[in-house]
Amino acid sequence: MNIQTVTSPGGIEAWLVEDHADPMLALRFAFDGGSSQVPAAKEGLANFTTIALGCSAGDFTAMEFRERIEDLAIHLHFNPRRDVVVGLLESLTESRDEAAELLKLALTQPRFDADTVERTRQRLFAFLASSERNPYHVASGQWNAVAFPGHAYSHRVAGNSASIAQISAADLSGYCSRLFAKDGLKVVAVGDVTAEQLGALVDNVFGNLPAHGDYVSVAKVGVALGAGETVIDMDVARAVMVFGMEATPRKDPDFMSAYVLNQIVGGDGSSSRLMQEICYKRGLAHSVKTEIKAGRYASCLKGSVATRGDTAGRLLDIVREELEKMAGGDISQAELDNAKHYLIGSYPLKFNANTKIAEQLLELWIDGFGADYFYSRNAMVKAITLDNLKRVAKRLLKPENLVVTIAGRPNLHQVRTSNVGRAVGAGREP
Amino acid sequence: MPASTVSDATFAREVLRSRIPVLVEFFAKRGTQRKAAAPTLDEVAQDLQGKVKVAKLDVDRNPAVRSDYEIYSMPTLILFKNGKPAARRTGMLSVKELEGWISSELMLALAQQTVPAERRAVDFELSNGMVLVVIPDHRAPVVTHMICYRVGAADEPQGASGISHFLGHLMWKSTGNFAAGDFSKIILALGGQHSAFADADITCFVERISVDHLETVMKMEADRMVHLRLTHQEVDQERQVIIEERRTVSDNNPDMLLEEQMKAVLYLSHPYATPISGWPEELAGLSRDDAVDFYRRHYAPNNAVLVVSGDVSPERVRQAAEETYGTIPARPEVERRGRTPKPLYIAARRVTLSHPRAGNATFRRDYLVPSYVNAKPGEVEALELLAKMLGQSSSGRLHSQLVVKTKSAASTRCYLRNTMADFGALSLHVVSSSGGLGRVEADVDEVLEEIRLGGVTEQELARAKKSLIANYIFEANNQERLVRRYGSFIAIGRTIDQLESWPAAVAGVTAGDVKKVANEYLDARRSATGWLLREGDDSDGGENAIS
Repeated sequence: MNIQTVTSPGGIEAWLVEDHADPMLALRFAFDGGSSQVPAAKEGLANFTTIALGCSAGDFTAMEFRERIEDLAIHLHFNPRRDVVVGLLESLTESRDEAAELLKLALTQPRFDADTVERTRQRLFAFLASSERNPYHVASGQWNAVAFPGHAYSHRVAGNSASIAQISAADLSGYCSRLFAKDGLKVVAVGDVTAEQLGALVDNVFGNLPAHGDYVSVAKVGVALGAGETVIDMDVARAVMVFGMEATPRKDPDFMSAYVLNQIVGGDGSSSRLMQEICYKRGLAHSVKTEIKAGRYASCLKGSVATRGDTAGRLLDIVREELEKMAGGDISQAELDNAKHYLIGSYPLKFNANTKIAEQLLELWIDGFGADYFYSRNAMVKAITLDNLKRVAKRLLKPENLVVTIAGRPNLHQVRTSNVGRAVGAGREP
Repeated sequence: MPASTVSDATFAREVLRSRIPVLVEFFAKRGTQRKAAAPTLDEVAQDLQGKVKVAKLDVDRNPAVRSDYEIYSMPTLILFKNGKPAARRTGMLSVKELEGWISSELMLALAQQTVPAERRAVDFELSNGMVLVVIPDHRAPVVTHMICYRVGAADEPQGASGISHFLGHLMWKSTGNFAAGDFSKIILALGGQHSAFADADITCFVERISVDHLETVMKMEADRMVHLRLTHQEVDQERQVIIEERRTVSDNNPDMLLEEQMKAVLYLSHPYATPISGWPEELAGLSRDDAVDFYRRHYAPNNAVLVVSGDVSPERVRQAAEETYGTIPARPEVERRGRTPKPLYIAARRVTLSHPRAGNATFRRDYLVPSYVNAKPGEVEALELLAKMLGQSSSGRLHSQLVVKTKSAASTRCYLRNTMADFGALSLHVVSSSGGLGRVEADVDEVLEEIRLGGVTEQELARAKKSLIANYIFEANNQERLVRRYGSFIAIGRTIDQLESWPAAVAGVTAGDVKKVANEYLDARRSATGWLLREGDDSDGGENAIS
């Protein structure tokens, strides 16, 4: 795969993988922004904005805009995250110019008519109402609140009912004019387009955006210490537990070791430590997974698992025990070899469609790497030694720092510390 | 901006070298037709500004161009694309007809462009009869491997429904060379992914894995093709699993239960009437002998199609296949489909299901249509387009009428089931809003009757074609979806040529073709209608809606 770095005549940088086998283009782009750029009182604004963006623009009413998208047979979506808003445009070659026009319109002439804003608001209320009944969402949202108190990362991307109720069309326009700017833009294109055509396209679509965004500075933050366990009482068949601790930043020299370590702790495939101890050996859960979530301002190793209320305490003890053992050096060469084998073998599977290739490359760029990272990634995984791993395990796996949130009715009386109470910000006042 | 005028002198520059298509009207000043045509042409020029250029040429003054294109009848319209005539017709058209014609012809030109000159797929057969299809794709060092056995639920013996799906589960158990569960463990440990599905006519196993491990995958698939031990213990244990799976997946799901009941009455005595997961009352009786028998009868290299796409050459795939699958002898006794003759369908069928966990009342309608294997050329493509025009989410007929206009529906869907060998099915699915299913059914019938009587517009047709062809292209770009398309369709009897010329076949469907299939196949006698109501609702769903 040949990844080109293209600079448009107007000075916008884009990564390009040319593939002319199918007459289609997958364009993925990201703007700095997202939920971490939004004040607490307007929690959910980035999400609200991106949903409304997909509704209407320019001279088109909502219905006309949707029909136009259907007529051109294109895909146009936005996805707000903590540090960025990501967008996707997928089009046949023959509709590419028109598709680009629609995207340009959505970004530069969004329409936040009263009926679009209200319809989106209602949609969000419905989503929040159902999200409040979902133990995974509840536990996960609460984890962020407890792990990053007072920091932008404690905000929910979708917001809460109180904040959503107050968002106005002016807020939405404000978000767009602040945070759709060229200095925060990254563009990846994969498909039937040449460097010259891509240059013209990005200048057309993004050229008229302001050169600079209006960003608030966000501090880097660690995961709060001593936060212990928080229980959110919910009447559910299975309690959902989210647990996690601080991990290495994405560009830390130890990141790759941490990544491989995570694979051993609770990564995909079937032979992770936690899967063995919790699921196969003791049957306490159907599955358990962990991952490293490395954002711009914080990085953590996080996992989640669903279990019966009466076994939750025991399960948590086992998680702590295994982390402690691994921190003490209890990791085998076989585990390391399996993890490396899996990570190396599964990497190419992420690249078997143009949209997926674009997604992967954009993530690398968002993380601050260059296009060449793709070529060296597997070698970096291969180079991790057991010594690296043990050292990083000792550095990171501190069970006493594990932050746990549980949605359900767990029996925790074996657990050392616990804060039982109602979750912060979980829904409207009755 | 009005239609422009071109001449012998400007023709090459204005028409042949234009980057966008050009519609040229060749006219002669004598006669009255000319006066009528001018406003039409100008309006079209205005409507298509930026997309298609519109020009006119007076043949009396421009003999060179006239003779180059042999223009004799007036007016003649030629649509030029990339310097060549893409389509041509004569006679007077209205603005709408003209724009529709241009739309369709450009779509056809696109379709011909998307079908590559050389074949995408390479196919060959091993000496034991196994069919191989290879589609190189060098974007990343990954490969997708799919083996399709030409056997499914429709091949099950009477009374042993579910045995085909059951055997699909048993394929993960022990062989002489591997312990139970090894297949999955090994693939996952190598960083690969696997999936499998059982259908009416085919049973398929798909692996996605780093290209280095292709030979390992083939070795293991070849092994389980013929070496399963099917021990009593494995059979007993897995029988419990499929019974539990039925309970969790189907029996708890009112929509799936209705779908099963509809299939039973839609197909009547044809084997497609059987649920893929089997009738629940027959599962407990499936024996080891049933499994062994079914396995021996149907699992053999001469009853299998293998599709491989990825960072491979056809030679490498052939070599690896010879060394693995090629060592398995053909089973001459493998049964090819001997299906019951198709029943006569003489009555509209109906089922009504009341279920405690049904949500808003739901309406379904299925029509039996031909399959890709037995239809006349272009028929199923016309039906695909009809389904698209009915079911498109914003602009489809069902949405416009039932969701936007009468508001009897919260959502509507329409799709064509086209992966079976003996029949296709055109399916409609409507979730009611608050008005009850009687109203929904009346609205649906009105929409269908409008199409039977009035057909579809050129604009709708062009939009539907574009959507289908776009999906085809997006799908083709995803290696796994591409492999699944080839595997499923070749295993039911379609050819690679048919698959690869499908966009052109779609582009060639006319509004007349769509109207014809609508009248022939949207016939009550070919249909089953299903109502899903919440238990305790004595109305037709109108009183208990969550609006």
